[in-house]
Amino acid sequence: MSLSNADVRKVARLARLAMSETEIESARAQLSGIFNLIAEMQAVDTTGIEPMSHAQDVSQRLREDKVTETNRREAFQAIAPQVEAGLYLVPQVIE
Amino acid sequence: MFNSTLRQLGAALRAKEISSVELTQLYLNRIARLNPALNAYITLDAEKSLAQARAADERLADGDASDLTGIPIAQKDIFCAKGWLTTCGSKMLHNFVSPYDAHVIARFNDAGAVNLGKTNMDEFAMGSSNETSHYGAVKNPWDTARVPGGSSGGTAAAVAARLCAAATGTDTGGSIRQPAALCGISGLKPTYGVVSRYGMIAFASSLDQAGPMGRSAEDLALLLNTMAGFDERDSTSLQRDKEDYARDLNKPLNGLRIGLPQEFFAAGLGSDVAQAVEAAIAEYKKLGAVIVDISLPNSRLSVPVYYVLAPAEASSNLSRFDGVRYGYRAPDYTDLTDMYEKSRAQGFGAEVKRRIMIGTYVLSHGYYDAYYLQAQKIRRLIAQDFTEAFRQCDVIMGPTAPSTAFKLGEKGDDPVQMYLSDIYTIAVNLAGLPGMSIPCGFGANNMPVGLQIIGNYFGEARMLNAAHQYQLATDWHSRAPQGL
Repeated sequence: MSLSNADVRKVARLARLAMSETEIESARAQLSGIFNLIAEMQAVDTTGIEPMSHAQDVSQRLREDKVTETNRREAFQAIAPQVEAGLYLVPQVIE
Repeated sequence: MFNSTLRQLGAALRAKEISSVELTQLYLNRIARLNPALNAYITLDAEKSLAQARAADERLADGDASDLTGIPIAQKDIFCAKGWLTTCGSKMLHNFVSPYDAHVIARFNDAGAVNLGKTNMDEFAMGSSNETSHYGAVKNPWDTARVPGGSSGGTAAAVAARLCAAATGTDTGGSIRQPAALCGISGLKPTYGVVSRYGMIAFASSLDQAGPMGRSAEDLALLLNTMAGFDERDSTSLQRDKEDYARDLNKPLNGLRIGLPQEFFAAGLGSDVAQAVEAAIAEYKKLGAVIVDISLPNSRLSVPVYYVLAPAEASSNLSRFDGVRYGYRAPDYTDLTDMYEKSRAQGFGAEVKRRIMIGTYVLSHGYYDAYYLQAQKIRRLIAQDFTEAFRQCDVIMGPTAPSTAFKLGEKGDDPVQMYLSDIYTIAVNLAGLPGMSIPCGFGANNMPVGLQIIGNYFGEARMLNAAHQYQLATDWHSRAPQGL
């Protein structure tokens, strides 16, 4: 299978990765190689096979709906790139 | 002292033959001397380590010591440790000082072990050679022109070079077993769900599992006793009764049925590795084991299946790195989207970006059924092969990796070649089974070879028994690299 530069550009945008045209070109070649490896899967007949989403077929555990965590805002914000008055700062989104 | 087992070190500490502060300082001195050539550790904090050692000495003096109290253990840099820089081998987390402890770290702290430092790794655990680390490649202590394997390569090199008594690793597709094999040490990936993933930076959540790495099966059993156990903070942590993983170490192997999958000995396996593994199987026969020929017909599909599922899960897990709450933020940007795109482009390395893109593609509209769902269906076929095989045998054995350690840069820009070095380990993660690697000899260029032992679900004690009995009869595990 071969990908086009437009495919790679679209995926990079969905993944929020800035890429130059040279990077897109080299990513296209490498991703195409990986998809050739993956293509081996397509020939396998999996009619009637249940997908296995997890290593152990166990059901999700439920917990009581109560507060278990303490507020550690200061500790968490101490490592943030930019904060002010307890808020995380990002470029303006709403005019 | 550097060749002592954990039990011997524990006994020496309790007998006051050496203090934890003295032992920790000995290791720190050795690290200062040898680490520059190996790059096994990426973060050291002698003050913190020695403070833990002093606390351990008090516990020892009070007679309140556990098996690991006062013993210096290295931690893979994927585990969040409070107050420690925790980078996961990435520029994205170059400034991330964790505000909390991972479950595994907390268990070692409670046991009174000393955190000796954080070990180097492939970026976000994505790699098989440790060359994708933002902090430089790790060198194999047996030959510094060669890779240590990955992604737990820093841990494997540190254990092999005696820069710690033992250490932790994580394994998503072979990241404990493959570097253990390439560095001539022992390493165990437990059954999925046995060790909590809380505070362990996520790569592919349905596959990730933490485990111990050390110099013998006996040491691994002791470490796993500390690491394993239910934790409500990990939704996939299994609620099971506490186990003593050392309980079966001394059982004889008479009648042990060893399954040899024909697919693991086919084309692609290096003849030097095959020879060492066959010699190990012969040794097991001498110890009373019975050989059963088995087949894992779908295991050949494990690499393609893995390179759909793991990147898909990774693309989702790594979306949290956006330059807002922690980690790297690009210095210049025009708006919010530009900030996301530049922070991620500059913060992630090439292999991580590659996998995020594969994952994004296979999960995108119109491709989900053909890739993701198909991979999940084949994953079940692969798991069923093992279920079938374990009707005829107690453990499965084979090579851990197709070759011994390759040269730094050798697999350079060909990701597919690199991916194939995990061909024998990946199926085990897909099935969720426990697997381990122990040293079983030397191959070309006198580099170590690993024997892989795969157990049935929750078969860790039996695997450790098989490994320990082999290590009583042979001395491959006690060989050390020359010149260190």
